[in-house]
Amino acid sequence: MKKTEKKLLSNKLLKSPTGIQGFDEITDGGLPAGRPTLVCGGAGCGKTLFGMEFLVRGATQFNEPGVFMSFEETNVELIKNVASLGFDLDNLAKHKKIILEHVRVERSEIEETGEYNLEGLFIRLNYAIDLIGAKRVVLDTIESLFSGLPNQLILRAELRRLFHWLKEKGVTAIITGERGDETLTRQGLEEYVSDCVIMLDHRVTEQNSTRRLRVVKYRGSIHGTNEYPFLIDENGFSILPVTSLGLQHIVSNERVSSGIPALDKMLEGKGFFRGSTVLISGTTGVGKTSIAAHFAEAACKRGERVLYFCFEESPKQLMRNMLSIGINLETWVQKGLLQFQATRPTFYGLEMHLAATHKAVNDFKPQIVILDPINTFVIGDKDFEVKTMLMRIVDYLKSNLITAMFTSLTSTDGRTANNENGISSLIDTWISLRDIELSGERNRGMYIIKSRGMAHSNQIREFMLTNRGVELRDVYVGASGVLTGSARIAQKAIENAEVLTRTHDIERKKREIERKRKALEAQIISLYANFDSEEAEAKKMIETEQDSIKRLEQDKIEMAESRKDVNEIIKTNNKPKKHKIDES
Amino acid sequence: MKAKKENPGIKTKEVKPPKTTDDMWVLRLYVAGQTPKAITAFTNLKRICEEQLNGKYSIEVIDLMEDPQLAAEFQIVALPTLIRKLPVPVRKIIGDLSDTERVLIGLDLLAVN
Repeated sequence: MKKTEKKLLSNKLLKSPTGIQGFDEITDGGLPAGRPTLVCGGAGCGKTLFGMEFLVRGATQFNEPGVFMSFEETNVELIKNVASLGFDLDNLAKHKKIILEHVRVERSEIEETGEYNLEGLFIRLNYAIDLIGAKRVVLDTIESLFSGLPNQLILRAELRRLFHWLKEKGVTAIITGERGDETLTRQGLEEYVSDCVIMLDHRVTEQNSTRRLRVVKYRGSIHGTNEYPFLIDENGFSILPVTSLGLQHIVSNERVSSGIPALDKMLEGKGFFRGSTVLISGTTGVGKTSIAAHFAEAACKRGERVLYFCFEESPKQLMRNMLSIGINLETWVQKGLLQFQATRPTFYGLEMHLAATHKAVNDFKPQIVILDPINTFVIGDKDFEVKTMLMRIVDYLKSNLITAMFTSLTSTDGRTANNENGISSLIDTWISLRDIELSGERNRGMYIIKSRGMAHSNQIREFMLTNRGVELRDVYVGASGVLTGSARIAQKAIENAEVLTRTHDIERKKREIERKRKALEAQIISLYANFDSEEAEAKKMIETEQDSIKRLEQDKIEMAESRKDVNEIIKTNNKPKKHKIDES
Repeated sequence: MKAKKENPGIKTKEVKPPKTTDDMWVLRLYVAGQTPKAITAFTNLKRICEEQLNGKYSIEVIDLMEDPQLAAEFQIVALPTLIRKLPVPVRKIIGDLSDTERVLIGLDLLAVN
């Protein structure tokens, strides 16, 4: 089992890494090592450069010297042309890393007199290869031989021999060819070079040109089959392998503040998820850029790097405007934490924008990327393309755990804009800003349409731009609808007045009750007093009654006694008198 | 075209006698090894020179198998290649020189006949 695996591994096609940004990803490792590859495309699509970068990277990064055989440009021209891409060919040539061999065949100077072959070319190439031990060879553009040499039969036979010879020599070769009408190359070179064919393209749609690359065939290897946009800039080629991205992003539970405390509060008090995609949509002049600026400033304060793509304003203008709401972005630019990339959307095509974005992100390595605004890309009826482009950007940023904030301009009716519908599925947190027109005023309202993975507030907030930045206020939501601005203030005044009169009412009621209670209490006291006096009187009466009853009784007894023994009574009556007399 | 071709021819005819002393034809034949084509080319060249140049010529044969670095100087691509170094301008003729008429045209010798 292991043996067969090993065998498979050793049988596997060896690849020669190009070092060209993104290309090795598409082709799973580079060009087929030791085989010729055909690079074809129209004029000015970058064939020469592709070959040159392959050699330069090979010489500088992979220690594989190379031979560049040019059939069109002279060595001096070549050195000058690629110097603008940062390649120092002169120096590489001096160190025997690269040999430039210019082959010039001028038909007017040549007289054909019988049989010949192209052995001279073979010898020159062989000599150059052996001189520096080259592993890589570029033939640019061998087709020009067809215009230089009249005998096509000989030429074709010799080319077939040449490519065979290159294979035997074991060098990884790039052969460039001009694109033909119906064939890949004008002279049908694909007949001879069939291991790997790469097509470069330069298309113009609506005045915007886009460079694209496609691997037409690649024998013995898997490869991406899509058209990939690429850029040529001061660092050479960079190909965007974005379409190969999938939904395999890592996720983070970390939160990043939006820079506006009140907005954070609406998002569970913590802000956005790191690596999520935030869309700020709204009508014109509603403050989208201000929110983005807040977000950028907060990130810079945390020491993170922010890449700000502005498609409508120049960085200077944007910085000046943000000063008016108390955000000084210039300091962060100077500290190198904030970088602006300002281009008009019309400057290049969508794919180029994508590639440019990709490259800028790759170079600056930010934690936060802001695209302001995205919908300026939509010129004409290209919704689908814009969506795929944004999807690629989102995928790319997510896979790098970069938090992205897009702003989007909507028409006045808000959510129904096509553009938003198109991309809403890509967005994790969508904040909508909208105008609220009421009683002769235009005010700003903000609410969160969605925010994946968190219990966000469902409230509409009034959104105000002050000289201390963005502030959020609760809007008045009542029977008469949503009120903002001065209407809200007026409504508040009315409410306050109402509350005041109510409190007055309550106070009055309280006082009344107090008074009533006091009156009641007084009444109770007086009743008690009345009762007391009555009671005392009654008691007195009862006492006197009882006294009189006693006396009556006494009298009755006395009466009975007197009736029985009147004398005795008289006696007894006299007796004390007697006593009294006796005593005296 | 024909008139133009004839003119230098007449000129050489007229100019040639006074120049004979230093008007040497310097020819260089590039080959790669002793291939049949190389031998044919050399034989053809020798014959034409003998017929046309009365010994006022020198032929240098360069075998690129031995000195490959010499190929770049005159932009040699096809083999065999004949270079007329002198008289100037430099002329370049490719092939085994079996088409004598074309060789003469290439060397600007046709008008001499």
